[in-house]
Amino acid sequence: MTLIKDGYFSQTELAQLPGMPSRERLHEGPCVVIECAQQIPCDPCEAACHEGAIEIGDSIINLPKLDPSKCGGCGLCIAACPGQCLFVVDMTYSDTEGTVQFPYEFLPYPQKGDTVHGLNRGGDIVCDAEVLKVLHPKKFDHTAVITVSVPKEYAMEVRTIKIKGNHHG
Amino acid sequence: MNHVELAIIGAGPAGLSAAIEAASVGVQTIVFDENQQAGGQLFKQIHKFFGSRAHQAGARGIDIGKNLLGQVAASGAEIKLDTVVWGIFEGNKVGVVTNGRNVICKADRILLATGASENVLAFPGWTLPGVMGAGAIQTMVNVHRVLPGKRVLMIGSGNVGLIVSYQLLQAGAEVVALVEAMDRIGGYAVHASKIKRAGTPILIRHTIKEAVGNGKVEQATIVQLNDNGNVIEGTERTLDVDVICMACGLSPLAELAWLAGCRFTDVAPLGGLLPVHDDNMQTSLPGMYVAGDIAGIEEASTAIEEGRLAGIAIAESLGYLTTTDATVKKQAVNDRSEQLRDGPFGITRREAKETLIRRSLET
Ligand SMILES: Cc1cc2nc3c(=O)[nH]c(=O)nc-3n(C[C@H](O)[C@H](O)[C@H](O)COP(=O)(O)OP(=O)(O)OC[C@H]3O[C@@H](n4cnc5c(N)ncnc54)[C@H](O)[C@@H]3O)c2cc1C
Ligand code: SF4
Ligand code: SF4
Repeated sequence: MTLIKDGYFSQTELAQLPGMPSRERLHEGPCVVIECAQQIPCDPCEAACHEGAIEIGDSIINLPKLDPSKCGGCGLCIAACPGQCLFVVDMTYSDTEGTVQFPYEFLPYPQKGDTVHGLNRGGDIVCDAEVLKVLHPKKFDHTAVITVSVPKEYAMEVRTIKIKGNHHG
Repeated sequence: MNHVELAIIGAGPAGLSAAIEAASVGVQTIVFDENQQAGGQLFKQIHKFFGSRAHQAGARGIDIGKNLLGQVAASGAEIKLDTVVWGIFEGNKVGVVTNGRNVICKADRILLATGASENVLAFPGWTLPGVMGAGAIQTMVNVHRVLPGKRVLMIGSGNVGLIVSYQLLQAGAEVVALVEAMDRIGGYAVHASKIKRAGTPILIRHTIKEAVGNGKVEQATIVQLNDNGNVIEGTERTLDVDVICMACGLSPLAELAWLAGCRFTDVAPLGGLLPVHDDNMQTSLPGMYVAGDIAGIEEASTAIEEGRLAGIAIAESLGYLTTTDATVKKQAVNDRSEQLRDGPFGITRREAKETLIRRSLET
């Protein structure tokens, strides 16, 4: 499975991204995961992070580069990305569960406490997810940022949710 | 309205940006658009745009449109809506129908910013109600809030097909499949990933074979293609759909330029036949300019930059800007355009633009 044929990443492609934190880093605490792989003219992520964790540099077609040591996992960059390809993963949430923060632009929003389907990059339901937070302040300009908890082994798989009974993501 | 310094045809991002640049330095400017609302395609683009801060990246198309309209109002340019331009005649005369009246407006400079028209695909059943262009669907869903159907087959994986699929999902429809004849997704992967993770199947090397239904689309048959683009027999699949959306590319809407007698050339990466223009956006006819999709199919952000360039060049040619001031302004625009026409997706367009400008110098 490759990005330009199927619309989502193979594990090999993911591992090569300059915005991908290491496995070790992910187990130290929340961190952004930047799934941006093509040199498109775009740079809002760089300015969105006040910690300076994301660097694009002089040419806006450069891929965003992550400095994982500067990222605290606040999630403020997520709604700023027009490509909806920024996620925050926290592998330290509990012994068995991790959390995923992701952008969401479908109505109705899920409610805190709901159990929903966790979907992977290919749109398959892989596990149940519990909704921990739904943020949509004005600043996010109609992109909600949702946090869910999922079994740890799915925290690097789940990238969106589906409300049970709905047909779209 | 019988005489203006600058007549702009089309109030999309290109035309509005030109109006802002020209009118704000004093050019007497009027913008004609046949729509009821100014903004061209921008008001149906409810998604966040790419680009850099200088291009308002991260803002939604609709908000970029509102911002442009605010700047137009401040610039002093006049916009005449519900006004069709039906002809252009010798001596820079523009034939306009407004308020049901036919008026001839003589303009010292004319900018054609008419945008593009959608390409269609002919297949058995393509005339059934329910087979629609992506632009029409985007207008229905995002401007008029009418869902054309519940189950959609999307044809084409360029950015338009990917974005309109996403917007159909947001509006509550199901995109049953997206088919693409090429062996790869044409648009940006980030757009593809959004609909993929929401559950939309993306089928490369597939196309539509036929649409069937009693008086309206009820089913579509899709087939797989081999590496030569030929149908693989026996791979037909029938899908229950009520809408078939064509997102098969755009072509420059250049009838007025033909009518006026502009010299044309064929540049495939920019959408085919289009009027040649120089580095001031001037066509082969002195005083006649083009900007935006009519000058090559690109995107709203490039249309804005081209519109600005044309507006600056026109103001300069009319004596409202000194050559020194105009040069500085043009350089800033060209730098921003260059940023947009970069990377694997942009570089072909940059080269094609250079070809177009080179050809304008040939006689
Ligand atoms: C479905 C779709 C999705 C798109 N998504 C994106 C995107 O996400 N990001 C992006 O950057 N770009 C996108 N684009 C491309 C972008 O919309 C265009 O590149 C841009 O709008 C071109 O601007 P323009 O001013 O040249 O033309 P337009 O915006 O098309 O404006 C042309 C105007 O001219 C008017 N007009 C035409 N002929 C006449 C006449 N004879 N008399 C009077 N008025 C006339 C029309 O009514 C129209 O308002 C999309 C395009 C489509 C079709
Ligand atoms: S999560 Fe917060 S700290 Fe990390 S990159 Fe995003 S904005 Fe910066
Ligand atoms: S904002 Fe998103 S799409 Fe744009 S460069 Fe950054 S990560 Fe990529």
